[in-house]
Amino acid sequence: MSTTRTDTVAAPRRFPLREVILFVALLAAVLGVYAMMGAAYSTRMLVEAACYAILALGLTIQWGYAGQFNAGVMGFVALGGFCAMFFSVPVNDAFWDSELPGQLAVVLAYIVGAVLVVFGASRLDRLGVPKTLRTVITVALAVVLYMVVISAFREVAGQIESRAGFVGGLGLPPWVGWIVGGALAGGVGYFIGNICLGLRSDYLAIATIGIAEIIKAFLKNSDWLTRGTATVSPLPWPVPGPAEVGFTLARALYLSVTAVLIAAIFFLLHRAYHAPWGRMIRAIRDNEVSSAAMGKSINRRRLEIFVLGCILMGIGGAVLASFNSLFDPQGYLPLNHTFLVLVMVILGGPGNNLGTIFGAVAVYIIWLMSEPLALWLMELAVHFGEGAFGWEAPASMDSRALQARVFVIGLLITLVLRFAPKGLLPEKVKHVD
Amino acid sequence: MPLLDARDVQGGYGGMNILNGVDMAIEADEIGVIVGPNGAGKSTMLKAVFGLLQVSQGEVLLRGEPIHNLPPNRLVQKGMGFVPQEYNVFPSLSVKENLQMGAYLKPGSVKRMLERIYEFFPPLKDKRHQPAGELSGGQRQMVAMGRALMAEPEVLLLDEPTAGLSPRYMNEIFARVKEINAAGVSILMVEQNAKQALAIADKGFVLAAGQNRFTDTGAALLADPEVAKSFLGG
Amino acid sequence: MNELVFFINNVVIAGSVAGSIYAIGAVGVTLIFSIMRFAHFAHGDMMTFGAFMVLLLTTLFPGAGNAIGVPTPLIMLPLAMALTALLAVGIDRAFYKPLRAHGVKPIVMVIASLGVTLMLQGLIRLFAGTGGESLYVDDRKEIFRLTVPLEGVRVPVVITEPQLYLFALTLISVVALHFFLSRSRLGKAMRAMSDNPPLAQASGINTNTIVAVTWVLAGGLAAIAGTLLSLDVTFKPDLSFFLLLPIFAAAIVGGVGHPYGAIAGGFVVGFAETLAVFNWGILLRPFRDSLPEWLAQAGNLAFVGTEYKIVVPFFILVAILVWRPTGLFKGKVI
Repeated sequence: MSTTRTDTVAAPRRFPLREVILFVALLAAVLGVYAMMGAAYSTRMLVEAACYAILALGLTIQWGYAGQFNAGVMGFVALGGFCAMFFSVPVNDAFWDSELPGQLAVVLAYIVGAVLVVFGASRLDRLGVPKTLRTVITVALAVVLYMVVISAFREVAGQIESRAGFVGGLGLPPWVGWIVGGALAGGVGYFIGNICLGLRSDYLAIATIGIAEIIKAFLKNSDWLTRGTATVSPLPWPVPGPAEVGFTLARALYLSVTAVLIAAIFFLLHRAYHAPWGRMIRAIRDNEVSSAAMGKSINRRRLEIFVLGCILMGIGGAVLASFNSLFDPQGYLPLNHTFLVLVMVILGGPGNNLGTIFGAVAVYIIWLMSEPLALWLMELAVHFGEGAFGWEAPASMDSRALQARVFVIGLLITLVLRFAPKGLLPEKVKHVD
Repeated sequence: MPLLDARDVQGGYGGMNILNGVDMAIEADEIGVIVGPNGAGKSTMLKAVFGLLQVSQGEVLLRGEPIHNLPPNRLVQKGMGFVPQEYNVFPSLSVKENLQMGAYLKPGSVKRMLERIYEFFPPLKDKRHQPAGELSGGQRQMVAMGRALMAEPEVLLLDEPTAGLSPRYMNEIFARVKEINAAGVSILMVEQNAKQALAIADKGFVLAAGQNRFTDTGAALLADPEVAKSFLGG
Repeated sequence: MNELVFFINNVVIAGSVAGSIYAIGAVGVTLIFSIMRFAHFAHGDMMTFGAFMVLLLTTLFPGAGNAIGVPTPLIMLPLAMALTALLAVGIDRAFYKPLRAHGVKPIVMVIASLGVTLMLQGLIRLFAGTGGESLYVDDRKEIFRLTVPLEGVRVPVVITEPQLYLFALTLISVVALHFFLSRSRLGKAMRAMSDNPPLAQASGINTNTIVAVTWVLAGGLAAIAGTLLSLDVTFKPDLSFFLLLPIFAAAIVGGVGHPYGAIAGGFVVGFAETLAVFNWGILLRPFRDSLPEWLAQAGNLAFVGTEYKIVVPFFILVAILVWRPTGLFKGKVI
């Protein structure tokens, strides 16, 4: 076989009828929402949908390009949200003016020292120490040092909480947080990917679920860093806020920022997808054995794509948190931030960026609009029950009605997998002769 | 009427035809041997007979009844047994459990058949509690054949039963195949050791490129100079 | 000595309780994996469903247990097991079987099982609400305080009635499962299919039957585990949420596809969790006078706070994936 570059023939150009119809329908739906719910509400919806579109692009390159299933989107979103908060929130003078930063620095130095010592111990066998003894020493040292460090750390964290509230932010522009958020999410993705990508694909799903829960538990319980359940608000915007120019205009400005972001990401992904790198990624997904036989370093490529996806999720989460102007660790739900994104991707068309964006906006509109619909239906059912059978409805009817939407999301996932596994806008596969 | 009769069988994997019309018939109590060069479709033919492969055209009849494209478990019910070339034992099950699985559809006869198989393959009796995955290649082949025999099949399909075995075991397996046949089981097998296999064959089928090249009695094929030149290495 | 009793209460008993539940859950996951080759993420919700069925039946017939002096939920357990098994088979027929027939990749099955998770959660919450509820509708939860006949020991060993039932039922389930897999014709066929599916079919084993039997077993076991957990604490619709990671960690630690390994893995994870959140400072207390001051002063010597309990199964999972992806007992498939 010669190089793929020359024998790849572009699919015959056709009028993109399907795309046009779907996007016209989407536009009609958006206009409908504008007509019904007013401009301010609808613009907010669009900004949020745009943020979800960034998340969905992250997942579509993992799942659609490379067949990796990341079931912990929520964790990466939360990390991004945390960075957006940490970098943009004003500096907390109560913390910085006390001796607490020094103490925190000392504890951090302890941690670095402890890690170095344990790492050194794990290399003792190079000095002629028997391996078993080395392992025992390393484990014992790790346990003792961990205890020492964690005790010191708990001490300082408690001090910060009682005297300064929390560490506070760095008072930098929001986009710094967005970039660092993407980088941090990418770093965590690198760690997980390194462990799991060489193994069965199921393990990645389990591990990502786990890391997402851990990130959430950490952000929720580290009051010294994130104020935990007390939440941090407001987060500054990169554009003039509602207080200055009014809700609709401010949100429209924010929407233009996200639109630029999506356009940039879309363009870069499009380039990458059609570059040799993208072809290699798809070759690996479609036929691992033959790609390996052709001497491609599979795991390297897989790791790259996984990290790239996680970076996008981090950025999307950061932009979303900034827009909500609120960092609430409790608000990160696997339902919203993982499964909804999953539905967006598999409905829109895994591996098709345009389809993914369509899926993101469409599913988000359906999700938002289904809330009043579910409540209305439930009320109808309750009335019917009372009228026809004299049933007494339980008090928590509203929250139960919302659970019905969870059922629908689940049903949607299984149905799409079964009947339209390639989504509404399937990935365009070029013909190779 | 032949016991097993394949007529103009075509089929393959994923739209690619490997068999381009193969005819094959064996009578009751006969040994049929399929030989031919690599890639001729020998194993594929055996799989097509045992329903492991979509037969796109042609038919396979057992006692005149069409059986192609029936699932394997139905064929076992109808009296066919199959020993694959590779992965032919349950590695984590003990030898005894492996044999029991062979008679899965005839739980009543397990005890009686176990005794007969142990008699037939004495080494298995000593190793009956050992996981089959720990046995040597030859013993594993015995477990595999024993498993298939447990169901008391009328026709036994063997896919290269001597592949990878030492000459000692090879002779042993050929001897066993003859004994099994003498006990009233018809056999259709694929073999690489064409000379040795044709020597015990009632019918021989030489395949090439998914089609019959020569079909005759084993002895006649061995004596045919053309077959010897092209397929038996002179 | 008081400290030792405290250790027994907080580690030995609590660890066995968690371990039993994880073990039964992990066995189900590992059985499904060994037959159908995918990680069934909805398993935690099948457990919740089983417990919910018990709750429903107990609420309907609260007095049923009084007649023979056993808590009603336990009387209802076999029925709930049957219902959960039925649900499991039904879910397979409706959602997994068509995908299997299409020959999709295992990871698509995983995603489908996440869809099933959401459906089950939605359904359970729709009917059960979102709050917690005790399964002891009309019975009283007995708590046994066993005083230790030693001088100076004031703290009793505390064990509750549901915990005793839990240990007994775990033992029965494990023994029954062992005999099923090693003695019965169906059990052996299940192991055969887990070893080599095409050969199992070539031996006349009907793979559809084995798949159904696997779901019945997994569903029944899930109902047991969910009910026992809900008896020990309370029934919550989001039980599965706390179970998913430990159960999968247990199954992988034991070697996926290896039922006995899963049981061992369950106890490994259960004890690791309780040991990690146990405050080791308590055991140092008797020696307070002879210890250096900084150590005697240390208040909380737990490895992780209870709020970070979820880190433990994750850490175990990562460690096993890094050092020994086949698990401690050499699973079949990785």
